[in-house]
Amino acid sequence: MSAAPVLVCTGLVKRFGDLVAVDGVGFEISPGETYGLLGPNGAGKTTTISMVCGLLERDDGDVVVAGRPLTTTSVEAKAAIGYVPQEIAVYPDLTGRENLRFFSRLYGMAPAAATERIGEALEVVGLADRADDLAGEYSGGMKRRLNIAIGLLHRPRLLVLDEPTVGVDPQSRNAILEGVEALAGGGIAVLYTTHYMEEAERLCDRIGIIDAGVIRAEGTRRELVALVGERDRVRLAGSGDLASVATACGALPGVEAASVRDGAVDLIVEGARGLLPELLRVAAESGGLVDGVDVHEPDLESVFLHLTGKALRD
Amino acid sequence: MARPALAILGKDLRQRVRDRSAFLVAVVAPLTLALVFGMTLSGVSSDDLELSFGVVDLDGGVVATGFTDEVLAGLERDGLATLTVVRTVGEGRRLAADGDVAATFVLPAGLSEAVGAGRPARIEVIGDVDQPIGVLVARSIADTFAAELEATQVAVGAALAAGATGPVDALAGRARELAPPIVIEDATATKKQLDPVTFYSASMAVFFLFFTVQFGLSTLLDERRQGTLGRLLVAPVSRRAILLGKALTSIVMGLASMTVLVVATSLIVGAEWGSPAGVALLVAAGVLAATALSALVISFARTPEQAGNFQSIVALVFGLLGGVFFPIAAIGGWLERVSLATPHAWFLRGLGDLAGGAGPGAVLGAVAAILAFAAVFGALAVARSARLVEP
Ligand SMILES: Nc1ncnc2c1ncn2[C@@H]1O[C@H](COP(=O)(O)OP(=O)(O)OP(=O)(O)O)[C@@H](O)[C@H]1O
Ligand SMILES: [Mg+2]
Repeated sequence: MSAAPVLVCTGLVKRFGDLVAVDGVGFEISPGETYGLLGPNGAGKTTTISMVCGLLERDDGDVVVAGRPLTTTSVEAKAAIGYVPQEIAVYPDLTGRENLRFFSRLYGMAPAAATERIGEALEVVGLADRADDLAGEYSGGMKRRLNIAIGLLHRPRLLVLDEPTVGVDPQSRNAILEGVEALAGGGIAVLYTTHYMEEAERLCDRIGIIDAGVIRAEGTRRELVALVGERDRVRLAGSGDLASVATACGALPGVEAASVRDGAVDLIVEGARGLLPELLRVAAESGGLVDGVDVHEPDLESVFLHLTGKALRD
Repeated sequence: MARPALAILGKDLRQRVRDRSAFLVAVVAPLTLALVFGMTLSGVSSDDLELSFGVVDLDGGVVATGFTDEVLAGLERDGLATLTVVRTVGEGRRLAADGDVAATFVLPAGLSEAVGAGRPARIEVIGDVDQPIGVLVARSIADTFAAELEATQVAVGAALAAGATGPVDALAGRARELAPPIVIEDATATKKQLDPVTFYSASMAVFFLFFTVQFGLSTLLDERRQGTLGRLLVAPVSRRAILLGKALTSIVMGLASMTVLVVATSLIVGAEWGSPAGVALLVAAGVLAATALSALVISFARTPEQAGNFQSIVALVFGLLGGVFFPIAAIGGWLERVSLATPHAWFLRGLGDLAGGAGPGAVLGAVAAILAFAAVFGALAVARSARLVEP
């Protein structure tokens, strides 16, 4: 990309005692680009974001936002960031509008401009008609939408969203995703974490796959899927001793990864069509009752399985 | 730094106005207690008080007899107090020391003569440290008697002057020249005292002030829990500005509560706080000390509940030591000296200095002492302040 990146972070490290929660994470995001951090619970997504936003002291690494180095004590550099935390962070004893008004003051927006932006932000998240109710009386999904509205209120150059759709009904989720797409279309750089593969595939121009504090692979969806090569994801649904099935199948030549999830065995298989009869035979021999077989073209789920040997959500 | 701090102040005040507990602690509780204590103690007629007094009459004159037979015996007749007459000051002191009486009145030799001659005279009150309320009542009895005598003496003086047919303002001048006939001398107290209504209005106000200020700074812990502290820390705002905004909330809450209490107790129960400028100085210093102490205390807390508990314990201990529940200054001794280790005692002492119409200059000593507390607590709190704005 030609435009200077809005966010450059390199070599981020964060330790909590003996645990290295983030271990050398680095990436860049350009204007208009949406970058996704895709990883399971505890992968280090929130910790990474907290360092990027200057919330958490880092043990090593650098963060540069809109050309300015950023630390926890930076003031100016933080003005470029819009932050939507994973946990809902709004004042329940203020109305939606009052919440936004307060943050507009905190970000030093002139009152008239603030009024306009507050109206826009409320529209974007679809809360305009409930703006004057106390946030504490909102439904969970509405609180989440207010949570997002606060983050994009001041038109940040870098919008950081930490799993913004968790616990949101499908309709609201779609509205949120559309909102994020529109913002990125308007030139904002977006950092988006999720463990929903579908969201990452839909929204993100580039994706970093993070596990155990390390970015295991990074690229566009196409680039990542190419890592898996001609390998397909095979899903054997059934009952019986699925753990043994996974072990036995995993030992077959051509099978790269095997794990059990939601009453099924997930496999990454090279040349899946040819190997299917063999897989079913081994499954039956090792005590599994297979009642359904799915063969998927490679997707991010397969990439994750391929890279880490485990499912994205287990 | 000022703009974000003011934004935080405005937001916090809006939240506090919606939160009934702040109003309860800042206004309702201190006002109610001031009324209850003040009412109970300002009349001797309360049924619950069983008081016993000693009296030593070294005078034997008409004034002393009047005090013993009319005032004290009258109380006994009405079943409000029991009276023990002793012969020597030593005996009277022993009675008080042993707790047999709440206080012993000492009517010194020459009392009646002095009063008759228009010279100042003294009634001593020797109090029992363990019966503060009784001591307080004894003092107010002696006070009242002195005031009545003074009125009589002025009338006599005026009549005398009338015999000389002087002009009206000359009469008034003569009346003013007459020395107050009796100075109440308290053997145990070194300071002028507030009347019970004023005392409890002030003591409850300052006691609850140390609870009220927590509605500013300690909300940092609530914000940490509800995640909004993270948002403040990611905003383009220095951590110092966040602390300043919260401290301002404490200060404004404290000032508002004290102002309401001063005005309300003056209007409702007739508390006499004294010179407004002097009171303002004491209140301002007191609010700063309370805010600084609050900051220091909550820097040790990890959760809002802990902050509330720590704050309450410290406010209670300081209040007790500082003598907000009984006038320690009227009792004296080591208790009074210990109490001076609290801003509360200095606040009450400052108001004592204002009693009787002194100007604001009278409180400067007390204000300086309170500000010293503010400085020490504040310095310690600043040293620990980073903990308050950890994510
Ligand atoms: N304050 C902390 N103290 C100790 N350990 C922590 C702290 N914060 C995070 N961790 C640990 O660091 C690791 C990464 O946590 P993090 O919250 O970054 O994961 P995540 O990818 O955001 O997970 P999720 O999808 O569940 O939100 C986890 O093992 C977590 O337990
Ligand atoms: Mg997280």
